[in-house]
Amino acid sequence: MPFTWLVLIILAIAAFGFVMGRSRALQSAGGDSRDLHSLPVYYGSNVAMWAIVPAAAVLIIWLLAQPFFVNSRVLATLPEDIVSEGSSIGLVMSDVRRVAEGLDVAVAQGAMTREEAGSINSESTDVRERLGEVGVALGSNVSPEVLGGAQLYRSLNATASSIMAVVVLVIAMGGAGWAYSRSHATFRARNTVERGILALLIFAASIAILTTIGILFALLFNTVEFFRLYPAADFFFVTKWAPSFSGRGGASDLGVLPLLWGTFYISLIALLVAVPIGLFSAIYLSEYASPRVRGIAKPLIEILAGIPTIVYGLFALLTVGPLLVTMFGKDTVGWMQGGTAVMTAGLVMGIMLIPFVSSLSDDIINAVPQAMRDGSYGLGATQSETIRQVILPAALPGIVGAILLAASRAIGETMIVVLGAGAAARLSLNPFEAMTTITAKIVSQLTGDADFASPEALVAFALGMTLFVLTLGLNVFALYIVRKYREQYD
Amino acid sequence: MTDASMTPAAAAPKKSSLSVVDARTRKRNAAETRFRMYGVAAIAVGLLFLLFLFASILRSGIPAFTQTVMDVEFVLTQEQFEQAESKMLKTGEYQNIFVNALQGQLEESGFEVAFDAKAIERIVGKPGGTIRSFYLENPDRVGTPVSFELAASSRVDGYFNGRVTRDNIVDSRFLMASDLDLVDALEDAGIIRGAFNWNFITGTDSGVDNPGGAGLGASVIGSFFMMLVVLFLSLPIGVAASIYLEEFAPKNRWTDLIEVNISNLAAVPSIVFGILGLAVFIQFAGLPQSAPLVGGLVLTLMTLPTIIISTRASLAAVPPSIRDAALGVGASKMQSVFHHVLPLAMPGILTGTIIGLAQALGETAPLLLIGMVGFVAREYPEGFLSGFTHANSAMPAQIYTWASRADPGFYEKAWGGIIILLLFLITMNAIAVILRRRFERRW
Repeated sequence: MPFTWLVLIILAIAAFGFVMGRSRALQSAGGDSRDLHSLPVYYGSNVAMWAIVPAAAVLIIWLLAQPFFVNSRVLATLPEDIVSEGSSIGLVMSDVRRVAEGLDVAVAQGAMTREEAGSINSESTDVRERLGEVGVALGSNVSPEVLGGAQLYRSLNATASSIMAVVVLVIAMGGAGWAYSRSHATFRARNTVERGILALLIFAASIAILTTIGILFALLFNTVEFFRLYPAADFFFVTKWAPSFSGRGGASDLGVLPLLWGTFYISLIALLVAVPIGLFSAIYLSEYASPRVRGIAKPLIEILAGIPTIVYGLFALLTVGPLLVTMFGKDTVGWMQGGTAVMTAGLVMGIMLIPFVSSLSDDIINAVPQAMRDGSYGLGATQSETIRQVILPAALPGIVGAILLAASRAIGETMIVVLGAGAAARLSLNPFEAMTTITAKIVSQLTGDADFASPEALVAFALGMTLFVLTLGLNVFALYIVRKYREQYD
Repeated sequence: MTDASMTPAAAAPKKSSLSVVDARTRKRNAAETRFRMYGVAAIAVGLLFLLFLFASILRSGIPAFTQTVMDVEFVLTQEQFEQAESKMLKTGEYQNIFVNALQGQLEESGFEVAFDAKAIERIVGKPGGTIRSFYLENPDRVGTPVSFELAASSRVDGYFNGRVTRDNIVDSRFLMASDLDLVDALEDAGIIRGAFNWNFITGTDSGVDNPGGAGLGASVIGSFFMMLVVLFLSLPIGVAASIYLEEFAPKNRWTDLIEVNISNLAAVPSIVFGILGLAVFIQFAGLPQSAPLVGGLVLTLMTLPTIIISTRASLAAVPPSIRDAALGVGASKMQSVFHHVLPLAMPGILTGTIIGLAQALGETAPLLLIGMVGFVAREYPEGFLSGFTHANSAMPAQIYTWASRADPGFYEKAWGGIIILLLFLITMNAIAVILRRRFERRW
């Protein structure tokens, strides 16, 4: 039974249950809703809730668990010696899945009957050719073990799906029936429904935690897998980044240091651009500007924050890069070889960060109490002296927090460095050379054609972990500083 | 100053006066002016960057909306049709027939400019495919004159847009400097003209050697389906989470943990969400690669913190007297929230949601990791449901793919794509501003 139908049937049961539950409760009160404990709609909602929620929960858990079960059963049937040199059990399983999908497609297009797909064997038929006819390209010839695995995979999946449909429908009807049987005038339907809604609200709020757990698990599992294939000491301390292009085995140097250096260098240049401009804009807008100027200039500068990073990336690649080459290229001083360089990416990222620094600092400067300014003016200080010697020291922790947040943004920025910084990983001090960053390499290692179980692809997860830890540390530290500061004046 | 000069005798005994600007005051005033100027300069630099950015977007992007077309009337005989279909390189053969016919046509009309078949080939781009598919669909038109409107090659396009000029042209197999005379002559004869490039807005991505045929349409659809997923997941989940945290949550460790989590998730780099999507949704849950559904799920998780933060702010802005009044007439806590507080906070919630959606619309990096790169967007999805699962790209990912291609003709398309993307963003933000102005209540 198709998945959409299952969902629609559950919804239909719920709707039917709603009407029935409501009318039964009304009937038990003799048609007078004033004799009910709750409003009639709650009796209906109660039945609908009991129809949907348990069934949906079972459905989701089943859908998550089924692949595990099927995979382990299929794996158990595959012989030990099927894993050939330079391959892994994961690759064999993905072959099995691909053949199974191919058979599905073939059945769907009518090129094979259902029985045929379940019974063909690789001795009598060329499975690869048959599947090629319906547009499923297979990389290699199908071995009998893989074909057998694929057929088992299909039949297990089909059986599990039909059992799931039956179980879920029984649960939906059982839940609805149970709630229906309780729809009496004395039943506290509102309390039950509200408890259910509260549980849903708590579940929604917990999704944030589930996301964090998901991120951590996704990164941790694959990072551990990577360190099993590639020594951790080499990853952290080797100063060379040179992944082999074949993607299978071979000698790859995957040292994170050049990438870390590129990341920090670009972020440093970005902050050197963004912090002075952002900070002085914030000071001017909050201390000097008239309401009219502030009303125009502040939103205009904040437009810079709403522009997607891909736009900045293109701006770096096609406008700023060539511009810098004409200024510092071989026609003038010869510092720059190509348009993509640390300087290009850093400058553009700096522009992106200006509104980030300025609006955060603006809030913090505005939070400094007016009494402190008045006291300073009363002692005869000029406005700039007040700002430099009273307001900035008072706002300093908050401003440092803002700068740290901007730094974490710069470290995690992807599109600008992918397009503007270049692809060569090197340790160099020259800001006009192309370097690369952690984020850029995550993109290139995971979008290339490297095989997913190879260290060349898995290294992306270790890089992601490094990035996650770095930005998380910066954020927590920055928030800690900002919070601590806020407590002083509230 | 005037006082001091009028009474020089009175000033003499005093060492200093408030009326006389001494050296130290002058220094302090100069420092004051300087400091102020730094501020003005900082804002000016920021605004200048903004101006520069938009100027270069407009300057480089507008040419993407025009294209150079050739109006040619052409007769294909039955014999030629059969001959071409029997060849190995069918479209190439159509091209040869077409170029020969055009050459004959031009020679007949007595062109003064010298040209050869190669030059025409360089100018017309690659029309073979278009012509072949036309005749395969309309076999009855073989033998009768058909007027084609064919896209010229991307270099000719560049010449019309000013990207390629007589000064900077480099002779290559794509276009020679001598061809420009022919192009000019053809323009005078009315055969070549500029036209609005509808294909750029409605078309799909093209091959790497055909920037003229590239269009953004399929990726706009991809973005649309992603935004549908984001809207229908992140709005209910975000509102539910905010209601719990703002109205019901007890002050305890668990609540604290959730709050810290949300503020940290808001600052996690977007590419990490891409890794999450790849590992959890595609590898673990087995959802299809490059599907707008998966992109939407990833962007939902990314947008949730934004929506939760703004929703909580608008819930907190509803004064407690509303809740008290509802409770006072016998409503339950849940009823007071859902019947009174939530409707009053709705304009603020919707504004925050639109701004969150606008952020999600421009996000690129996570989409690249889950396979929604531009060259996937080769066709439109067949129906509504397949729009979620059919492999597609999204606007920003399509722009990235164009920007990383070798042919500079694609750069123009990338800038043009950015104009369309920014138009969407401006519209969404304008709606948010209007909503806020019209419906936001100050208590």
